[in-house]
Amino acid sequence: MNALGAKGWQSRLSLGLLLAPALLWLLALIVLPHAELAVLSLRERIAPRQYALSLAQYKTFFTEPLYWHVFVRTAWMSVLATFLTLILAFPIAWVIAKLARGRAGSLLFIVCLIPFWVSETVRTLGWMILLRESGVLPALLVRLHITDVPVELLYHDATIMVGLVYTSMLFMLVPLVSSLESLDDSLIEAAYDMGANGWSILRTIVIPHAAPGITAGSIVVFMLTLGNYLTPTLLGGKNSEWFTEQIYNQFIVRFNWEQGAAFGFLLLGLSTAMVMVGLRLAGQRFGEVMRRT
Amino acid sequence: MIPSLPRSRWQKIATALYVAGFLIFLFLPLIVVGVFAFNNAPYPAPPWHGFTLDWFVGNEAQGRVGLFADSDLLSSMWTSCVVALWVTALAALIGLSNAFLLERGRFFGKQILSVLMLAPLVIPGVILGISILAFASRIAEFADDTWGLDLDFLRPGLPLVVLGQFSYIATIATLTISARLRRFDFTLEEAALNLGATKAAVFRTILLPYLRPALLGSAAMSFLMSFADFNTTLMLVGSDAPLTVMMYGRMREGATPVLNAVSLFLMVASAVLALTLLRRSAGGKAAPAY
Repeated sequence: MNALGAKGWQSRLSLGLLLAPALLWLLALIVLPHAELAVLSLRERIAPRQYALSLAQYKTFFTEPLYWHVFVRTAWMSVLATFLTLILAFPIAWVIAKLARGRAGSLLFIVCLIPFWVSETVRTLGWMILLRESGVLPALLVRLHITDVPVELLYHDATIMVGLVYTSMLFMLVPLVSSLESLDDSLIEAAYDMGANGWSILRTIVIPHAAPGITAGSIVVFMLTLGNYLTPTLLGGKNSEWFTEQIYNQFIVRFNWEQGAAFGFLLLGLSTAMVMVGLRLAGQRFGEVMRRT
Repeated sequence: MIPSLPRSRWQKIATALYVAGFLIFLFLPLIVVGVFAFNNAPYPAPPWHGFTLDWFVGNEAQGRVGLFADSDLLSSMWTSCVVALWVTALAALIGLSNAFLLERGRFFGKQILSVLMLAPLVIPGVILGISILAFASRIAEFADDTWGLDLDFLRPGLPLVVLGQFSYIATIATLTISARLRRFDFTLEEAALNLGATKAAVFRTILLPYLRPALLGSAAMSFLMSFADFNTTLMLVGSDAPLTVMMYGRMREGATPVLNAVSLFLMVASAVLALTLLRRSAGGKAAPAY
């Protein structure tokens, strides 16, 4: 049937030549580094250059309220950011997929994707210029006599949330639009003719049909938010208390690699667990979801 | 809800308002960045002090260091370009090789391998960064202790940045290129082989031209993702900072509008890249399909 399926040393050689780079990539850059991270996280320094196997790093995490607090906070804010992104993106996806079909729809879609060709650093710079005390929006609020003096809009939790939702929008919009596009209009028409109202159409027809897109978008947005570093640290400043910042502090600032590795694994565990839960809820397989996005 | 159903007047107005509001939300930050690149003031903040090109062309003598005189920014931009070119080339090669492996190869453990290839996308970038950092320094220490070798490229620096970004961008290249190879019509290849073409000739004259759009698309995406990467880079960076890391550092300190100038430059550059690609793909569709 095809070249590699056939027997013979030639096909085996070419299979080997194709396998080598893939294995090199996955082993040297993914599997072994994570094994090293696991080993690091499970040891404790007992004397200079002497280490013993221990769970001390994980124990520190659970006994130190600060770490625990930042971890839970990061998780909750990521859930909230995912939810808000979904709520805000859904109507736009609906307009693109259903209301403005044809040229207008695809034009609106392209326009919505343009900001994401620019790096997150640039987009965050824009929000900083808009929101800081000497920035555009505080000046506008004074001009409109809503506040007497410019207020600091940066460094609040709500600011972090705005930045996270903004930066995640693309990853929600794309899977939502593609899952809504495949929904047959006649189903909605039929339901309408039989007297269903907007809410029950949404609940019984649209959402079940769009579930794969909703899951795919939510999973990707959650993962990216949880692992984000730039947006929380720049928009939240000292108040950001984001878990990736803790990892950076342990690893790069304090050079406490053992603690940093344990934190890394906890974050990876949380991220993986949420992906699993999301997939289970929607009854989907990992590969399908990744291909959809 | 859909065009064929009656919608009240206020529903239409509400929809239009929502779309307008959403577009303002999306574009306001970018517009602000662009506009303040031309403000004649030392900080990117209102009020408007008049139009100036100082933040592009200004130099030390004028008291304002513009983009084209800011050697730190320019060299970090160059660093980002070099890193991105390496990542793009490596990702395109492994993407091509993986596409053939996954679509044509039959071997034990293929299922596991193809799932493992997706893993880098679900690992947070920060963790990819620290794990590669830890593993590389383990090897470097081992080489130093056993053979007295000083493997400098395994210490934080640009080679590690390239490897770190490559570790997940390779997945994206693999997915893009295999998706196109999957839709390839086998009969073309068989016909060529029946007519006496060698495998190398088939690859060069049929498969490679067929895969070209996917290769170009994934190369553009790899370049942009590498250029914009922050999380993984931050963990692996040494003394030469790529642009994102340099900008991050300056943004924390509260920088001059020269950052707006760089950002505007990047926006224009990526817009040009996007338009070229769109035109190319439109041209590709006009050509006879294989």
